[in-house]
Amino acid sequence: MPPSTLVLRRRARGLNGPAFVRWGLIGAALLLLGVFLVVPLVAVFTFAFQKGWAAYVASLTNPASLAAMRLTLLAAVIAVPLNLVFGLAAAWLIARYRFRGRALLMTLIDLPFSVSPVIAGLIFVLLFGRQGWLGPWLAEHDLRVIFSVPGIVLATVFVTFPFVAREVLPVMEAQGSGEEEAALTLGASGWRTFLRVTLPKVKWGVLYGVILCNARAMGEFGAVSVVSGHVRGVTTTLPLHAEILYNEYDLAGAFAVASLLTLLALVTLVVKKFVEWRSQPS
Amino acid sequence: MSRPSQHRVLPGFRLSLGYTWFYLGLVVLIPLSSLFLRTFSLSWEVFWGTVTTSRALAAYRLSFGASLAAALANAVFGLLVAWVLVRYRFPGRDVLESLVDLPFALPTAVAGLTLTTLFSAKGWYGRHLEALGIQVAYTSVGVAVALTFIGLPFVVRTVQPVLEGIDADVEEAAATLGATPWQTFRRVLFPAIFPALLSGFTLAFARALGEYGSVVFISGNMPLRTEIVPLLIVTRLEQYDYAGATAIATVMLAASFSLLLAVNLLHRWSHRRLEARPGA
Repeated sequence: MPPSTLVLRRRARGLNGPAFVRWGLIGAALLLLGVFLVVPLVAVFTFAFQKGWAAYVASLTNPASLAAMRLTLLAAVIAVPLNLVFGLAAAWLIARYRFRGRALLMTLIDLPFSVSPVIAGLIFVLLFGRQGWLGPWLAEHDLRVIFSVPGIVLATVFVTFPFVAREVLPVMEAQGSGEEEAALTLGASGWRTFLRVTLPKVKWGVLYGVILCNARAMGEFGAVSVVSGHVRGVTTTLPLHAEILYNEYDLAGAFAVASLLTLLALVTLVVKKFVEWRSQPS
Repeated sequence: MSRPSQHRVLPGFRLSLGYTWFYLGLVVLIPLSSLFLRTFSLSWEVFWGTVTTSRALAAYRLSFGASLAAALANAVFGLLVAWVLVRYRFPGRDVLESLVDLPFALPTAVAGLTLTTLFSAKGWYGRHLEALGIQVAYTSVGVAVALTFIGLPFVVRTVQPVLEGIDADVEEAAATLGATPWQTFRRVLFPAIFPALLSGFTLAFARALGEYGSVVFISGNMPLRTEIVPLLIVTRLEQYDYAGATAIATVMLAASFSLLLAVNLLHRWSHRRLEARPGA
């Protein structure tokens, strides 16, 4: 931004009414964000530590909590790389080529965002459940998808599907393909060009997509809840585990688990801010 | 960007095209089509009977009503927050700017648990509201509160870039011509941000319709009173009533897709409006 615009802007801010309007608006916004965002954040940790540090540690290190952590990590470790590879392929395709069905493809990639998490779970029950299309075949081969770990992973992959593609695509589009063409002319192979030229150019977009994808993968509730069957210590992810503890009136335990997920959200926001700061053209 | 026709020079078209459609089909299209195939296997009478029971109708009313209320609240709050973040500098602004995205990053179950505990009769908020005779937790008001929390970032994030992009000289011109700040806002700024506001509103509304995790805790889940549509689907499923769950899910999905379509049309409309403007 040229400095002259900045100067104009600062003067323009004077147009925004008298001081009491300005401070009134700031006050209202602060109050709103305080009530809706800051106090709930403080509340999570207050409730988590209401029985003290020892109880907090104990409720996080019991076998059921550890199993929930493992399953949450497992789901994310599978879902994020799968959607990362897809996101790179889709972004490359849509940013670099014009072909028939391109607009349709872009709409379809966003589809999982407009599907309710509950429906995301339901479709896998309809496919793999007892009465599902593949249910009889799975039962015959003694395989379980629904009410079991594979179902949880599948539902997680579905709900986190668009994240990487969505974040990488605009970055790749903005970069153009001149440098790739130069690399190819100089004799680099297609893969080499992609790994050495394209990937470094879009790395901040990729990181951005990955952290958002990961946050959703670890925090998903609705879709996972439908396919999980809530077998304690076996098919409960951290959000489901928090729900079970809450329903058992173990408020401190539920919020101890919730505090872990809140930390994850805060880390996500910090990394997001960092990426935005790094990728800004200076 | 270079000309589209030159792009085929780059390798990997077939590979990326094949893989993208393959993975999309496997993860999204085939599973989603199972829902429609299952719905088509129901007779019309069964389908219509399932989606128009009094319990289902009550759930639609609550889901649509609470989502609409939440989206409206978000339009007002979002505009306010976006305005304050773009126009004013004050201590703590950077922290708030990042915190706006918290509802996106925070798992919905955590939001649900926390809001329920805060708004329950003995909670930090509920205690004071109860004294005023207002009950939030386990009522439809609670549903709307949770949905407002979930949708908070949408309007902020759609309006903010538009507000940042408005040239200061437009406002200066209005002021020079004798407009009061309020007139400038209403006649100059508001028309410019209205399309973004509307698409943020629609996104928040669509998200609220399907939301589950943050609502189930605070709603109390009483059939006919505080049962949202996604919960009704889960209940049907837990009773192994696959046909019921599928039929209601199809109705909901149709509603979300229409909203998605509306957002897309809105985008095109506002782009055309911007391009039509001289000098833009």
